[in-house]
This record gives sequence, structure tokens and C-alpha cells, in this order.
Amino acid sequence: MKFLKQFLIILGISLIGEILKSVLSFPIPASIYGMVLMFVLLLTGIIKLDQVRDAGKFLIEIMPVMFIPAGVGLMASWNVLQPVLLPVSVITVITIFTVMGATGLVSQFIIKKRKGETK
Amino acid sequence: MSEFMQTSAYAGVTISLVAYGLGAALKKKFGFGLLNPLLISIVVTILFLVGGHVDYETYNDGAKYLSWFLTPATVCLAIPLYEEWELLKNNAKAVILGVTSGVITSLITVFVLSKMMGLDHENYVTLLPKSITTAIGMGVSEELGGYVTITVAVIVITGVLGNIMGEFICKIFRIHEPISKGLALGTAAHAIGTAKAMEIGDVEGAMSSLSIAVAGILTVLFATFFAGLM
Repeated sequence: MKFLKQFLIILGISLIGEILKSVLSFPIPASIYGMVLMFVLLLTGIIKLDQVRDAGKFLIEIMPVMFIPAGVGLMASWNVLQPVLLPVSVITVITIFTVMGATGLVSQFIIKKRKGETK
Repeated sequence: MSEFMQTSAYAGVTISLVAYGLGAALKKKFGFGLLNPLLISIVVTILFLVGGHVDYETYNDGAKYLSWFLTPATVCLAIPLYEEWELLKNNAKAVILGVTSGVITSLITVFVLSKMMGLDHENYVTLLPKSITTAIGMGVSEELGGYVTITVAVIVITGVLGNIMGEFICKIFRIHEPISKGLALGTAAHAIGTAKAMEIGDVEGAMSSLSIAVAGILTVLFATFFAGLM
């Protein structure tokens, strides 16, 4: 029962996210509206951590499984992908390196600087 | 038998989950990055479907219920975020500047490489939202006139590669701070990268979840400008 109640709260917030998406015209998905809403509700104490925590952690834990269908979907979009496969692959791989490097190093630089100041 | 497989709503999904479980067990035993459960499951499932002449549509009739959970699961990413709120507040500057540099780097890298390799405008804008979460990325690609199916494929490949290579890339760049690792994974490889960040630790996971939302929204803001460059 506890699990069902928790899941119901999570679904309710997802539903509100879906409604927000249909009302507002930004290219932002329902899940992101829902995530921001859940965060605000937790922060303001309207929803207590205990009311969503167990079901939430379970969903997060099995999250990689939810990407399997999209990954298998590559099979269906293979025809469109094939002609541009080489440039697309090169860009895909290089971008992961540059983006992770930039994000990681810039944030690490700021964190280290701050740590140095407080010492 | 194969005729049955071609219409079964459960066969494909069962294979996917068995392959995922097998991948997880292998990974635990050998701890080798390429033994990524997600990658193994995708490859095994595709081989099974192609080998058994099963259509993707038939597979997806059953598998779509797995995807259905994505929205509620993404909503739940707010939970670790809330649990790490203090840490986040104390590092607001690092978070904002880190993710912003990542987003701009992503757009610049795609621009420079597309130009070098002579891609046309449609293919270029298709790739612009490649680092962000599928749902936002699809919207951006459509808005800019890209090929949405390719955008989705590239986003998924980016996520899976980020998930597999993430720890290795952190090592190369000497990114040691848990906060920075999380931000890097989430900004470069959205929710699939975040799944890896969650495995590494709570702080990494929370920062990565946050990056999905921030990077997605920043990309919406900057992509139109970059689309006009080529």
C-alpha cells in the first residue's frame, strides 16, 4: 500500500507536468516540468521526503532499463542514419570529450578556488 | 516457434531484461567498462529481433511500457537533488558556470566539426541538441528544421557512450571532485549519463540530475543563435 501511495503522488506530479507542457508552448518535456515541480514541493515541505522516497529510489535504480527500447529503436532509424554515419559518429564521440572536459574542469576550478579561500 | 516470436508482446522485452541482468552480473564479476548492461541489452535485443525477423513495432508493443516509466522516473530525479540541496546551494557558482561552459562547448564543437566535414544546414541543426535529454532535444531539432529521428538516435548513442566512457574521460581530464563528475556526466550525456552518475555516488547523481534540466533549458536558449551560423 505504501508503495502504491508513493507511486500515485509521483504519477500525479507527472500528470501536472503533462498539463503544463500542453498549456505552455516551450520545447520542454513534461518530465522536466514535473522534476522542477517535485523539487519545489519537497523544498516547501508540501510533500515530505518519506512520502515519495522509496518508490522514487526504486524508479531511479531501474532507470537504465527504460532506455532499452529507445536504444533498440536505432534499428528502425538505421536507414536515415546510414548515409551520414561517419561524420555523425565523429561528432558524437568528440563532443562527449569536449563537453565533459569543459564542464568538469570549469566547475572543478571554481570549487578548488573556493576551497583554497576558506582554508 | 519463430512465428510465435514474431507476434509475442512479451518475448522481446523478456530477452531485453535477461540480457540486461546478464550484463549487470558480468560487469559485477569483471568490472570492465565496455560490459555495460544497457549496451549489452540493446545489442542482444537487436540481434534477436533481426535474427528472428521481428519488426521493431512488434517489439515496441511490449517494450513501450518500459519507456512509459521514464517520465515518472525523471520526475523522481528531484529527490536526490533535494537531498543534496545544501551542497548545491553552496556550489551554485560552480554548477551554473560549469554547465553553461559545457552547453556552449557542445554547440561550438558541433558547429566547428560540421563545418569541417561539410555537413548541410539540416544535418547540422539535427546534431545541435545531441547532448541533452531526448524529450527537449526532439523539440529543439524539430523547431530548427532538423531530422528528428536522427536527433533521437544520436542522443541515445551519446548517452550510451557517455555512460560507458564517462569514468574514463573523468580520469583523462583529472576530474576528481564528485560535484564536477556529476555535472560533466549530466551535461554531456543527459539521463543515460546520470544513470552512471547514480552508480558512482549520491552527490554525483544529484549534480547530474540537475545538469539535465539546466543544460536542456540553456540549449533551448542558445541553439537558435547557433543554428543561424551555418
